Amino acid sequence: MVETEAYVILSAVLFTLGAMGVMLRRNAILVFMSVELMLNAANLAFVAFARHWGAIDGQVFVFFIITVAAAEVAVGLALIVMIFRSKQSINIDTLHQMEG
Amino acid sequence: MENLAQLAPLIILFPAIGAFINFFWGARMGEKPSAIVATVAAASSFVISVMLLLYLTNNNYQPVVVDPPLLDSWIRIDSVNLDIAWQTRVDTLSVSMMMFVTLVGTLIHIYAIGYMHGDSRFSRFFAYLNMFLVFMLILVSGNNLLMMFVGWEGVGLCSYLLIGFWWDKPNGVGWKNSNAARKAFIANRIGDFGVLMAIFLVWWSFGTLDFYKPGEVANPSLTSHSVEAEAVEGEDETATVTVAEPEISYQNPEIEDSQLGIFGQAQRLVDRSKAGEDVQLDIGPFTFEITTLLVIVTLFMLLGATGKSAQIPLFVWLPDAMAGPTPVSALIHAATMVTAGVYMMVRTSVFFYNAELTSFIVAMVGAGTAVVAGFVAIAQFDIKRVLAYSTISQLGFMVAAVGLGAYPAAMFHMITHAFFKALLFLGSGSVIHGVEHGHHHVHEHDGHGEEPDPEDHAVVTTHQDEKAGQAADDFDPQDMRNMGGLRSRMPVTYWTYLVGTLALAGIWPLAGFWSKDEILADAWMVGFEKGRLEGYLALGLLMLAAVFTAFYMWRQVVMVFHGSPRTEAAAHAPESVRTMTIPLVILAVFSVFIGFINIPTGAGVLHLGMEGIFGKHALADFIEYSVGNFVLPPFTLFIALGATALGIGAILMANSIYGNDRAVTKHRRDPLEINPSFGTFWALAHGRLYWDEIYDRLFITPFSRAADFLANTIDWIFLHDYFHDSVLVRGYRNIGKLLSKPVDLGIIDGAVNGVGWLVRQFSSRLRTVQTGYVRTYAVALLIGVVAIIVIMLLPLINIG
Repeated sequence: MVETEAYVILSAVLFTLGAMGVMLRRNAILVFMSVELMLNAANLAFVAFARHWGAIDGQVFVFFIITVAAAEVAVGLALIVMIFRSKQSINIDTLHQMEG
Repeated sequence: MENLAQLAPLIILFPAIGAFINFFWGARMGEKPSAIVATVAAASSFVISVMLLLYLTNNNYQPVVVDPPLLDSWIRIDSVNLDIAWQTRVDTLSVSMMMFVTLVGTLIHIYAIGYMHGDSRFSRFFAYLNMFLVFMLILVSGNNLLMMFVGWEGVGLCSYLLIGFWWDKPNGVGWKNSNAARKAFIANRIGDFGVLMAIFLVWWSFGTLDFYKPGEVANPSLTSHSVEAEAVEGEDETATVTVAEPEISYQNPEIEDSQLGIFGQAQRLVDRSKAGEDVQLDIGPFTFEITTLLVIVTLFMLLGATGKSAQIPLFVWLPDAMAGPTPVSALIHAATMVTAGVYMMVRTSVFFYNAELTSFIVAMVGAGTAVVAGFVAIAQFDIKRVLAYSTISQLGFMVAAVGLGAYPAAMFHMITHAFFKALLFLGSGSVIHGVEHGHHHVHEHDGHGEEPDPEDHAVVTTHQDEKAGQAADDFDPQDMRNMGGLRSRMPVTYWTYLVGTLALAGIWPLAGFWSKDEILADAWMVGFEKGRLEGYLALGLLMLAAVFTAFYMWRQVVMVFHGSPRTEAAAHAPESVRTMTIPLVILAVFSVFIGFINIPTGAGVLHLGMEGIFGKHALADFIEYSVGNFVLPPFTLFIALGATALGIGAILMANSIYGNDRAVTKHRRDPLEINPSFGTFWALAHGRLYWDEIYDRLFITPFSRAADFLANTIDWIFLHDYFHDSVLVRGYRNIGKLLSKPVDLGIIDGAVNGVGWLVRQFSSRLRTVQTGYVRTYAVALLIGVVAIIVIMLLPLINIG
């Protein structure tokens, strides 16, 4: 049986990778995927701790998060498609009209 | 029978309800219902006053004070110990007032139904009439000076409303009417000031305004007397019961001052003063001896009475009060209003009796007014104006009687006068009505009369129209010169008018004979038996006034009714409708018989056997239960004979001057006017002694000048032009400049703009944070989350 620490460390690594991706990538799709990565890192941590404590709450939470993530993907991809149609690009650095 | 007195508040309530209904629904109800409401209300009051009379006769004439529900502490100020209850006083004096006020008032209501028929404000008129009764009854039924004052002011208000009732008549007549109303109101206000001052002084001296406290007897000498008599006649039980209760009166030493009304307290103080004690009363900064104080109080009351009862110097409003509709004149002159002043003086007779100086002045004012007004009445052409001066003259008789200390005689003359003067006024209204109708009748015939030739048609009609138009403008239906010969046209009016005239002239056996002769006999008694100056003077003046009375009344009768008609209008005047003639007949009957309620002793056969019904001095004995200390003369034959002879002489003289169609000479002049030896007197009388002109010169012109000075010079030139421009406008402008430039622009605007500038500077720095790059936000988010986690975990680390 794999130690809980290993899962947590993996989760942390995945989260860090996702966060770096969100911050460093310019391609919207990739930013989006990095967000998914962060979500799943969180899911992994939840499941690991649930198993560690022998409680079911964490696992239930994961189902919710998966559902919400699916919905988020649907909305986010639609937004990206619309952005591409108007800007002919999905480079998020070109989308800084909101600067102060 | 015990509870009949409890009905007393209703006497006010009934006409009040009538007035209320007519005010709010009268216009919608139409003429007949609103007239019925008003008349029934007045008649109900009369019924109540009859019941109160029954109560008094069945209860030994003892006064009773009735508290109407809900009005206990009508005016109450605890800090100054002022607690005035709205109490209705039922005693012989107030009930005798109520009786004739409501009876004459009701008859005038009935008369007004016919007289006011077709008026656009018919129901409003009846509402006012009812309101007049309400206030008059409050005045006579109140148990304290303040209630009396409420009624006093109320009748003033109603007279103002009614005198100016036709304020909207065309051709400037409406303006004259409303001026007359204002004159009446202002003259009355001057009198009201006197009454108010008297009330304040009374309050200050006695700490109460109640005439008599509940249960207090007004005339203690009389009650103890009657109780003794009862003890002898009646069963022993009743007598012991009556005697066992301590009598509340000023004569009973067990009773404290605070248990007495103003008259009891005043009488006590006067008695103490007469016993040699020095009785001083503190009135603010002044200290008065009690009799001095009473003189001051009564002089103020006299001022009030001269206003309300139209005496010298304030009588000028009454002749002008003819501007009102005739029923109003009758109501003001006969039943209400003018009797108020005399009533007040009789009610406060304790004060007047103890103030000898005032009594003298009162007698002189009354007698003087009687002569002056009688003199003026001789030379008037307006039928109602003659009667107005006659009223003033007769009121002079009453006031003189009060001054002579003959309070029952004043009341007696007031009652008889109410009937025959109401009769005369309503009769004159009937005459005016008839002449007006005759005038219209004539003009209808002019317009649609015989058809002239078609060729002349145009010319003739224009000529006739012109004449008709001129006549309509000039024709005065109240001018006696336009009358004459109405005897055959208006028989009911004529005969009733004749009765009223003879009653007023004091011809035996009509009412005026008894009441006027009683006053003359009083004057004789005061003068020749008591040797007081006012008696001699009053006797002479009143005799003269009586001669004037007979003369001007007969002149009027001859001018109006005798001879042949002097105008077409008079020749076609119809008799008035039945609602108008029936009250005349009723009043005529009363004018004949009302004199028998106070037959003097020793009248011999002159009383025509009426003694058996009414007894001698019935009214005086009745009133004695409310008013004490009066003069009551026996029948004085030579006074009566003398007065009657003078009266008949005056009538014969008037007949010889004015009779046989000589009433008006060619140029519409009076026979006396063109007579060289009387011309001056006639001019004086016709000019009303120039009294109005003198007032105009003395008071009105200076007042107008002062007002003009204040308005045009002080207000307009000084205040508006100088003060306004240089002080107010410039001041405001300077302050405005100061406030606008340095204060507003500098400080306030600077502060506001500075705040705005600061915010803009700060935000222009701050908004650079907003880059628009997703990355920046993500990093900020991350840093934030990390910071929050660190903050949350920090305590744990420290503990660890």
